Amino acid sequence: MTSELDIFVGNTTLIDEDVYRLWLDGYSVSDAVALRVRSGILEQTGATAAVLQSDTMDHYRTFHMLERLLHAPPKLLHQLIFQIPPSRQALLIERWGYYAFDEAFVREVLGKKLSKGTKKDLDDISTKTGITLKSCRRQFDNFKRVFKVVEEMRGSLVDNIQQHFLLSDRLARDYAAIVFFANNRFETGKKKLQYLSFGDFAFCAELMIQNWTLGAVDSQVDDMDVDLDKEFLQDLKELKMLVADKDLLDLHKSLVCTALRGKLGVFSEMEANFKNLSRGLVNVAAKLTHNKDVRDLFVDLVEKFVEPCRSDHWPLNDVRLFLNQYSASVHSLDGFRHQALWDRYMGTLRGCLLRLYHD
Amino acid sequence: MPGKLKVKIVAGRHLPVMDRASDLTDAFVEVKFGNTTFKTDVYLKSLNPQWNSEWFKFEVDDEDLQDEPLQITVLDHDTYSANDAIGKVYIDIDPLLYSEAATVISGWFPIYDTIHGIRGEINVVVKVDLFNDLNRFRQSSCGVKFFCTTSIPKCYRAVIIHGFVEELVVNEDPEYQWIDRIRTPRASNEARQRLISLMSGELQRKIGLKVLEMRGNAVVGYLQCFDLEGESGLVVRAIGTACTLDKLSSPAAFLPACNSPSKEMKEIPFNEDPNPNTHSSGPSTPLKNQTYSFSPSKSYSRQSSSSDTDLSLTPKTGMGSGSAGKEGGPFKALLRQQTQSALEQREFPFFTLTAFPPGFLVHVGGVVSARSVKLLDRIHNPAFVGIMGNTRSYKLLDWNSFNSDEPETRDAWWAEIRQEIKSHAKALGCHAVVGYSESTSICEEVCILSASGTAAVLNPRFLQDGTVEGCLEQRLEENLPAGCGFCHIPYDELNMPFPAHLTYCYNCRKQKVPDVLFTTIDLPIDATVIGKGCLIQARLCRLKKKAQAEANATAISNLLPFMEYEVHTQLMNKLKLKGMNALFGLRIQITVGENMLMGLASATGVYLAALPTPGGIQIAGKTPNDGSYEQHISHMQKKINDTIAKNKELYEINPPEVSEEIIGSPIPEPRQRSRLLRSQSESSDEVTELDLSHGKKDAFVLEIDDTDAMEDVHSLLTDVPPPSGFYSCNTEIMPGINNWTSEIQMFTSVRVIRLSSLNLTNQALNKNFNDLCENLLKSLYFKLRSMIPCCLCHVNFTVSLPEDELIQVTVTAVAITFDKNQALQTTKTHVEKSLQRASTDNEELLQFPLELCSDSLPSHPFPPAKEHLESASSNSGIPAAQRAVTVEKASPMGEGNFRNRSAPPCANSTVGVVKMTPLSFIPGAKITKYLGIINMFFIRETTSLREEGGVSGFLHAFIAEVFAMVRAHVAALGGNAVVSYIMKQCVFMENPNKNQAQCLINVSGDAVVFVRESELEVVSTQQPTANCQPSCTGGEVTT
Repeated sequence: MTSELDIFVGNTTLIDEDVYRLWLDGYSVSDAVALRVRSGILEQTGATAAVLQSDTMDHYRTFHMLERLLHAPPKLLHQLIFQIPPSRQALLIERWGYYAFDEAFVREVLGKKLSKGTKKDLDDISTKTGITLKSCRRQFDNFKRVFKVVEEMRGSLVDNIQQHFLLSDRLARDYAAIVFFANNRFETGKKKLQYLSFGDFAFCAELMIQNWTLGAVDSQVDDMDVDLDKEFLQDLKELKMLVADKDLLDLHKSLVCTALRGKLGVFSEMEANFKNLSRGLVNVAAKLTHNKDVRDLFVDLVEKFVEPCRSDHWPLNDVRLFLNQYSASVHSLDGFRHQALWDRYMGTLRGCLLRLYHD
Repeated sequence: MPGKLKVKIVAGRHLPVMDRASDLTDAFVEVKFGNTTFKTDVYLKSLNPQWNSEWFKFEVDDEDLQDEPLQITVLDHDTYSANDAIGKVYIDIDPLLYSEAATVISGWFPIYDTIHGIRGEINVVVKVDLFNDLNRFRQSSCGVKFFCTTSIPKCYRAVIIHGFVEELVVNEDPEYQWIDRIRTPRASNEARQRLISLMSGELQRKIGLKVLEMRGNAVVGYLQCFDLEGESGLVVRAIGTACTLDKLSSPAAFLPACNSPSKEMKEIPFNEDPNPNTHSSGPSTPLKNQTYSFSPSKSYSRQSSSSDTDLSLTPKTGMGSGSAGKEGGPFKALLRQQTQSALEQREFPFFTLTAFPPGFLVHVGGVVSARSVKLLDRIHNPAFVGIMGNTRSYKLLDWNSFNSDEPETRDAWWAEIRQEIKSHAKALGCHAVVGYSESTSICEEVCILSASGTAAVLNPRFLQDGTVEGCLEQRLEENLPAGCGFCHIPYDELNMPFPAHLTYCYNCRKQKVPDVLFTTIDLPIDATVIGKGCLIQARLCRLKKKAQAEANATAISNLLPFMEYEVHTQLMNKLKLKGMNALFGLRIQITVGENMLMGLASATGVYLAALPTPGGIQIAGKTPNDGSYEQHISHMQKKINDTIAKNKELYEINPPEVSEEIIGSPIPEPRQRSRLLRSQSESSDEVTELDLSHGKKDAFVLEIDDTDAMEDVHSLLTDVPPPSGFYSCNTEIMPGINNWTSEIQMFTSVRVIRLSSLNLTNQALNKNFNDLCENLLKSLYFKLRSMIPCCLCHVNFTVSLPEDELIQVTVTAVAITFDKNQALQTTKTHVEKSLQRASTDNEELLQFPLELCSDSLPSHPFPPAKEHLESASSNSGIPAAQRAVTVEKASPMGEGNFRNRSAPPCANSTVGVVKMTPLSFIPGAKITKYLGIINMFFIRETTSLREEGGVSGFLHAFIAEVFAMVRAHVAALGGNAVVSYIMKQCVFMENPNKNQAQCLINVSGDAVVFVRESELEVVSTQQPTANCQPSCTGGEVTT
């Protein structure tokens, strides 16, 4: 006696949260059954393994049919095939996580081009992270799908993502960061960047979207939140005089040192390193005209600022005091005319550096 | 030109991509009704087109309005090649044809394609302007309301229940037409869908005409079925119960029946003795003789005045147990005559209802059933031979005429069966059959026709315009003891139609009751039940040799009696094992396959307080001297006794102890007997009668004389009770649970198993089948575990044998949650129960002007026992008070509110929840309006079975789509639920080698608007203008 066909269809679509998670995690039906057996469900319910198998198959089939709709969540709200109460619809998308992703996975693909090439690497990522290939694919496809939809859209990136994928504010912000990184191809995979979490990058992305993109100056252009403001990047060259002009550099140093004397535990180290640090920060700005250097932004920041400070054991608070003073003192440099430009650059960079400065 | 149909195409959404190059679609819509077609403009390059068309107007006869569906086709415009069809929507406009139902159909409909399934949605608005029809010879029956519900619909009152209506139409199946060889599967499927839709419309119209002829205005318990006979054609048949219903809209509506407007009940001279049954001869004759012996002479029957005197003269000395039986006699006789007078006007005094207004059902005799094996003859159709030249057009024009004599053949078949049922009912001393249904099972050219019902004696009040008999009926009713009357035997004790064992009723102690009662109806509201009920199934397989035509039919006919016998024995044993004494909702399905017959009987077992306690089951061995064998037997016996004890505890069956003196007569040792009278007849009209009482043998004794019997005993014990927190039944409601909460989940589950073809034996087959059903139930319990405590209600199993080694079981049921705390108080008295019922079903009770005449009646010479008097008074009195209150509350919810139904839902509103349930009610809610019946037929076919997830993926998607389409139609009518939903057919065929599969599904139900009881109270405190639109109520959450 073999079962040829075995289905259960409810007027209200039954969704088992646990099985949904197993499905999202990319387990096969037999693995999912095994995991469910291990969870002790048979003892709790008095069911047999065959019942569990049939139930799991049924759920997987339902999820498979739902997946097409989950690709465009607003469709899920309007579709007629599955009667799912609104509260459950939200759970499917967000909290139980069709669009949820693994930290380990996102770190691997963050800043990479969301292309077929990267997709081929998913095998390796799966092996490396221990996340099933199916789950990797789902997460990757989610990134790509969101990217495609919002890429050329007008208006706030976060709002667009929220509207088209019905995600919560928090998750939409994360996706905005992923889209922003993918679009600008920031390098995040270098060894010296390994200590940074997705949260660190997402934090920086948000600051950059707010201040460095086209949308920061004009909210009526296409791609406003995805592309960096090219004009702004061009203008950043002007900052070079802060380090190229020796008088200006000395004046800047003396202003900072005067203000921080006695307030900094690592004062002497700061004094000794000031010129190197300042050169580093300003040169990063000046180089941003080249796409290649934009990609290396985070590598440069870590190399030129985070690592030197860390090797001198600066406490975070000292870094904060220094950066604040370093930014503010420029306003007192009479010979320097690009105050607004400096603030737009340094305001964001200061925030990023403070977030990046940890072990 | 009595009607104008207006259609507007608003918009589409989620259309499929039809142009690969642009990833877009250039869609337009064709709107077709009859032979008229309109088209919208092409909306270029969009998956969400906004057509906003003008109103397309069709001027049509109302006959066409009833028959034809509105056909909407969405196409993709293609400049260079033929336009591609995206899909279709068929809309049945029948609900717009009667004034009380929907006024507009408006909403999003899934666009359906028989090959691709649902492909996007389309927003359509449909209206009908009907002109008054003055033509007396009209062919249409607009205005007759149809209900699938097998009880009087909740917001109506039955003025008269006229009785049985039936009709069938036959046509050639397009799938088997010659043209099918050259057209695409899509075209073929669509031809079939359209034809069936047309035939259903026609059938409904014809039934409607019959109802109008009977001066009724509605059909209740409407059941329409398709017989796919293959090459011999397609039969669409329907049965129902014609009624005159009054809408309960204002308190004024509940006046006594005397005020009913329809007095011109047709007077038929009742000389028509039913045609002498030429077909049923031999063994059944003695039964018939008995029947006639206790239905007194007919000359007597119509004279109600003389009956009246008769009644008053009847000595009612009846406290003494000895005379009680006699006392019942005259009443019964009287009642019988009256009912008879009303019923004998009818050819078939059948009722498809399973639940009745209180007082309608007087006595229940037992289950009557009849089966007949028929050979489907190929239509000898000359056009069938040639495909060439003239024959083609000839055939297309004329093929209906070939079938012109077909309906008569089928009609005759059914008439034969119905006669048999009627005579069985008579044998049981009953004049009517209630809970009546008909079914077929077809395999190749053999067809088993089955009919079954419950023989009953009815109160004539509802059967005719009863002004004259009004008072008499009242009096009769007063004499019926509450809660047990229906159990009392309707037949004559001295002339019992079969060897039966009778005792005095355990409730009233005055009249005789059988020890076991089988019925096809729902448990009457006023029945006194101890403990809870449970689903009881008997499952049976019998191998049969493959054979052709006559030989096959003979083989089947020979097997049928044995099947029936065994099914019956199994049911009886399982009932005993549960410690119960009555079955309700019994449905025995016999399915015929190529090489086997399957029998599946489902029923809900209960313990009726009026019936005696069932005895246990004794097993006995044939070789009593063998020691180890004895030991084994005693071991088995112990197991059985333990099971019975466990079940009694599980279902809380703890009847009060009754000492024998009270009963006045010794309780004889229990013996099995059957209420089941049935017969099989083959085309040769040979009839066999079964004595299911096991002759003189004590039927509780199971003799274990061979391994077969051993298996039987084992299989008895293998049925696992549902896990704690779960109950199941196949009736409307679960006896013993009455505190439903609002969460419901309707579902359909389908399983197909393949039998290993090697050495199949009856035992192996039985075991496979049993496991299949048990596992299916276990799966259901597991799936629905989050709803505990809950009850699976209206569990409906259907078995089919699609191929040699395949068994398909389809289950549809609804899981309803209930409040555990209240449920634990199982010691609820009858009065409390009836009160509870009254509050939920008050509208049904409204139909009963119980108090109105009672004052004028002379008091009872001998009132019944005190407790019964009490319960009777509370039955009538207290609910009446409650009634008034609830109705006042309900009144603001009348017509007015729903007239201003919300405009077509705007494009970005989310989808409202539409509930579906096989029950006639929605727990915790009140049905405020019936919008019309939903009767839909779909075909789905695939040539890429593997890609669609195999057979399971294919069928899963299809059933989900069917649900979606039903919900969309209900929502478009302005409703928020389907009640009495039933999946009548689910025919699944696969050909994995060709990667193909096809499935046909037929569903029906009543579209309704319901309002939550909690909301109702809120609304009632507001002004009548409070805007409570049905669409609002659709928003609540279900899981």
